[in-house]
Amino acid sequence: MIEGISLGLATALSIKNLAMVIAGCLIGTFIGMLPGLGPMSIIAIMIPVAISIGDPSAALIMLAGVYYGAIFGGSTSSILINAPGVASTVATSFDGYPLARSGKAGKALTVAAIASFTGGTIGAILLMAFAPALVSVALLFQSPEYFALMVVGLSAIAAFAGSGQVGKALMMTVLGLMMATIGESALFNAPRFTMGIMDLQSGFGFITLAMALFALPEAIFLILDPNRSKTGDGDGSGKITGLRISGSEAREIAPVVGRQSIQGFLIGVLPGAGATIASFLGYAVERNIASPEDQKQFGKGSIKGLAAPESANNAACTGSFVPLLTLGIPGSGTTAILLGALVALNVQPGPRLMIENPEIFWAVIMSMYLGNVILLILNLPLIPYIAKLLAIPRNYLIPFILFFTLMGAYIGQNNATELLFMTGLGVIATVLRFAGYPLAPLLIGFILGPMMENNFARAANIADGVSFMWERPMTLGLLILAALLVFMPSFRARRQAARKAAAGD
Amino acid sequence: MTLERTIGLLFLLFCCLYGYTAYVGMDHLLPPILKRAPVWPSSFPKILSIVGALIAVAVIVSSKPSEVNSAESGIDYRRLQDYKFGQALFLIGSMVAYALLLRPIGFIAATTLFLAGGAFILGERRYSLMIPIALVGTIVVWYLVQEILGIFLSPWPRLF
Repeated sequence: MIEGISLGLATALSIKNLAMVIAGCLIGTFIGMLPGLGPMSIIAIMIPVAISIGDPSAALIMLAGVYYGAIFGGSTSSILINAPGVASTVATSFDGYPLARSGKAGKALTVAAIASFTGGTIGAILLMAFAPALVSVALLFQSPEYFALMVVGLSAIAAFAGSGQVGKALMMTVLGLMMATIGESALFNAPRFTMGIMDLQSGFGFITLAMALFALPEAIFLILDPNRSKTGDGDGSGKITGLRISGSEAREIAPVVGRQSIQGFLIGVLPGAGATIASFLGYAVERNIASPEDQKQFGKGSIKGLAAPESANNAACTGSFVPLLTLGIPGSGTTAILLGALVALNVQPGPRLMIENPEIFWAVIMSMYLGNVILLILNLPLIPYIAKLLAIPRNYLIPFILFFTLMGAYIGQNNATELLFMTGLGVIATVLRFAGYPLAPLLIGFILGPMMENNFARAANIADGVSFMWERPMTLGLLILAALLVFMPSFRARRQAARKAAAGD
Repeated sequence: MTLERTIGLLFLLFCCLYGYTAYVGMDHLLPPILKRAPVWPSSFPKILSIVGALIAVAVIVSSKPSEVNSAESGIDYRRLQDYKFGQALFLIGSMVAYALLLRPIGFIAATTLFLAGGAFILGERRYSLMIPIALVGTIVVWYLVQEILGIFLSPWPRLF
C-alpha cells in the first residue's frame, strides 16, 4: 500500500496534475455556488474538457476536484444565502444559514470547511484501507459473478431509492439498460433498434444523456420557478468577517466530525444511498444524541448541527468511490458519470484497474486528499470574492447554463443532431422528474448496460445456456441478494401497514 | 390518472414495442452460423422487455398519489400555477433552433443569437447590455474551445 501511496503522490503532485486539482476545485466551487447546478451537471459539462486533456489520471483528478469543489460551493451558498445548490447540502442550511444571519458567516464557513476537510480526509483514509481488500475479493469474480454483481448493484440502487420509489427506480434502470442496447454493439457487430435513423447507429452518447438527464431539467426548473434562481434571502457578500474559530468550539465539533465522517463514509459506500441521505442522517443522529441544551440550539445556529452534515456528505462522496474504483460499479449518478468518463478515456474500470493502472487508482485517491487541502487553504480565503458572483442576474445566467449544456453535448460528438436528441431527452427527463421518477438509475443502467450484456453473453457462452445462474454458488447467492433487496422494502411496507391496521382496530 | 401512472403505462407500451422488435424483428437477420451460439443479439433485449413490462405493471398497480417526494425533486407542487411554462417552451424552442442553425450560420452568429434571444425571452430589454454580453460570451467560449481545447468549431456561415 505504501508503494501505491507514493506512486499516487508522485502522480498527483506533478505540476500538471496539481494544476488540474486546483482548477477543478475552483471551477467546481464557482459553479456549485450558482443556484440549480449540482455536481452531476457540472461534471457532465466538464467531461468534454476532461476528455480533451487525454491523460486519464489528469482528467479524473480534475473531475474529482470539480466534484469536491461543487459540494463545497453548494455548502457555501447554503450558508450564505440559504440557497442550497444541491440536495446534499440542504441539511447544511438548517444551522449554517441561522449562523450567517446572526453575523457569524465567517465562522460558519470555517466550520463547514474544516468539517468537510476532515470528512473528506477520513473518507480518503478509509478508502485506502477498504479498496485494496475489496479488490482482492473482486479479483476472484468471473463473468457470471460480474453479471450477478451488476444485478445486485442495480437492485441496491433501486432499493435505497426511498419508500414508494423502488418500482419507479427499477423502471428507470431497465429503461437505461434498454437505451444502452440501441445502436451498434461491440459484441454482435450489428446495429439494433436504430429504426433506420443513421444518427442512432452509434447509439446515444453518454454525455448527451448525462446532460439531458441532469443539467437540462435543472435548467428548465430554473426557468419554470423564478424563486429557485433568486439569490436567496441575503445579499451574500461583503459581510464575511471573523473566519477564526476558538479552541473550545473546535473541541465541541471534533467528536461530531469524527463520528459523522465514519458514518457518512459507510453510507456512501452503499450503492444508491449517497451524500444526501448521509447528510440528513448525520444531522438527525447528532441532534438525537446531543445534550438537551445543545439540542435546543439545533436549527438556530448550532455549530454541531452544521459540522455533522458537512462531514457526513464529504465522507459519503469519498465512500461512493469505493464501488466505482474496486468493482467498476457506480453507486450514484455522479460516480456513473465519472465511470462514463473513464470508459471514454479507454480505461477499463473494475478490480483490475488497481493492478493494470495503479497510477490512476492511487492518483485519484491522493488527489482527493489534495483536493480537500486545496479547498481549505485556497477556497476559504477566496469565498468572499467568489460570493460576489452569486449576483449574476437570472436573465443572463439561464441562457448561459443552457448554452453550456448544449456545448457539452456538441463538442463531445461534433454532431448537431445530438443537440436535438439532448433537447428531446431533456424534456422527457423533466416530465419524469415532475412525476417523481429518479433519473440517476437510468444513467447508471445506461452505463452498466453494455458491460452487463457482455458478461451475460460470456457467461452464457461458457455454460452453453443460462444454467450458470443456479450452478455457481456465488452467482446464485448474489442473485438471491438482489431479489431480497428489491422485495424487502415492499414486504416491510406491507408489514407496517398491517401492524398499523391492527393497531387501529 | 396521475402523471406517474401515465408514465408507467407509456413505459409498458414501450416495453411491448421493444419486445416485439426483439422477438419478431431481429432473429431472421442472424446468419445461420451465429444461430448455434447460445446468446443472440436479441437475447438480452428479450429478457429486458419482460422484466420491464413486469415492473411497469407493478408501478401502475401499486402507485399511489402523494408519494412524490418534493424535498428530493425540489418541485413545489403547490405553486405549480406560478411556474413559467411559456418561457420554458420558448427557450426549449430556441435550443432546437440553435441545433438547426449551428451549422448553416456558424457558431458565432448562432450562439450570439441564442444568448441574446434567451435573455430577451426571460424579460431582458436592455439591448445595449444584452448584445455585447452575448457577443463577448460567445467569443470567449469559442476561443477557449477552439484554441485551448483544440476542438474545431466552425465560426462563420457555411457558404455552400
